[in-house]
Amino acid sequence: MIRVRNLNKSFNGRPVLIDVSVTFEPGKTNLIIGRSGSGKTVLLKSIVGLHEADSGEVWFENTLFNNLDFNGRKEIQKQMGMLFQGSALFDSLTVEQNVGFPLDMFTDQSKEEKLERVNFCLRRVNILNSNKLFPSELSGGMKKRVAIARAIALNPKYLFCDEPNSGLDPLTAILIDELIRELTEEYSITTVVNTHDMNSVMEIGEKIVFIHEGNKCWEGNKEEVLRSDCATLNEFIFANSLAKQLRPKL
Amino acid sequence: MFRFLSQLGVYFILLKKVFAKPEKASLYYKQTMREFVFLGLNSVGIIAIISFFMGAVITLQTAYNTENPIYPKYLIGLGCRDSIILEFSSTVASLILAGKVGSNIASEIGTMRVTEQIDALEIMGVNSASFLILPKLIATLIFNPILTLLSIVVGIWGGWVAGVLSGVVTSENFIYGIQYAFIPYYIVYSLIKMVVFAFIITSVSAFQGYYVDGGSLEVGRASTKAVVYSSVLILLFNVILTQLLLS
Repeated sequence: MIRVRNLNKSFNGRPVLIDVSVTFEPGKTNLIIGRSGSGKTVLLKSIVGLHEADSGEVWFENTLFNNLDFNGRKEIQKQMGMLFQGSALFDSLTVEQNVGFPLDMFTDQSKEEKLERVNFCLRRVNILNSNKLFPSELSGGMKKRVAIARAIALNPKYLFCDEPNSGLDPLTAILIDELIRELTEEYSITTVVNTHDMNSVMEIGEKIVFIHEGNKCWEGNKEEVLRSDCATLNEFIFANSLAKQLRPKL
Repeated sequence: MFRFLSQLGVYFILLKKVFAKPEKASLYYKQTMREFVFLGLNSVGIIAIISFFMGAVITLQTAYNTENPIYPKYLIGLGCRDSIILEFSSTVASLILAGKVGSNIASEIGTMRVTEQIDALEIMGVNSASFLILPKLIATLIFNPILTLLSIVVGIWGGWVAGVLSGVVTSENFIYGIQYAFIPYYIVYSLIKMVVFAFIITSVSAFQGYYVDGGSLEVGRASTKAVVYSSVLILLFNVILTQLLLS
């Protein structure tokens, strides 16, 4: 479980997160939704330690994460996997080396054991016969899947995904969503996904947190999200013309 | 002034992170070997070509400025040797490397920053500053002095070829000149300078790349800043080191 308490973050005096408190439950796909520039990515990066919060607390189980030093954080970070918006695969490494990187860095496994784990992770995300390819030779969807394989290589307890569907066609986006949901259930991971894609919300949103202008405005699940009386949330959810047409039928 | 001091502080904090204990020595070793090739071996060609032609030009210019029969011809070899050892193979070669290696380091690390590859390392619990910069520092601190020695040999050879082929000096006079009043400490002086310059090029360029904020435009700017700041610092430290080591 991840608990965020009264988190505040500003850049050059401009507040980006204002007193955000939220709990992300284990074994569930937790979604942070909101418009572009609402503070979703800053919230995610503040949780994982890539941004230092101005005030507030981030708890991983019973450990106060943002009070830890580099070595203390390292122990928690080894239990995290993260899928970045642009995949963030290492350009100079092949697919196999990218997925094997955390194993090389943090385990003493033999070469054979590492290769076996790498191949298992790649098979799990349906990447076959691409071990020796470089990231520049992969499509957008393949890059995301390789990044997921790298994120799960060390059997993480927490999985963070920043806009996993950005730049993907709807069918590939659904495949990525399904993969994230399956992995979350299979390994009982606490997954936090940052998205503004309504398809993802309806596909995998077991718990949904809506962020608007740095404030947490609403939280609930995918059944509740369509019947909310939060005006800013409804404006966001029913933004496109298809959703507007469907709204009276809900 | 405040901005300069603040940047200086950030630079030293980065260096502290760089020299932290490596997480896994074997991975750092692999990374260092890779940097030997990218930053060291790949610079051999350009250093050899420029040294050869600079040696040739120094010889020809020395010859045309010492046409007076009072000056013995072997001074051409001596002038070529000392110019190459004292200044060219350390300072000028470093300025060339600041352009080639410095921009390469800044753009590589800067691109990793803007494409979130550094964030990916951090989230895994890897000390990204140490993992990315320390192998580059080790590689350049070891390999750049080798490039200096190569530059000295090729530069003097270039001087000999130009002198003999153009007929401004005989082979015997040139070889006598490069042996005449030779002070071995000059080589040590040149190597010490190169080690300091290698540290400046790598650390300043890595600093510029590591703290890039933005997109490809900012990576380009960081790359330019890396070359400019490294070059200015090389020239400044050249004066300081010359005063300290030769006075």
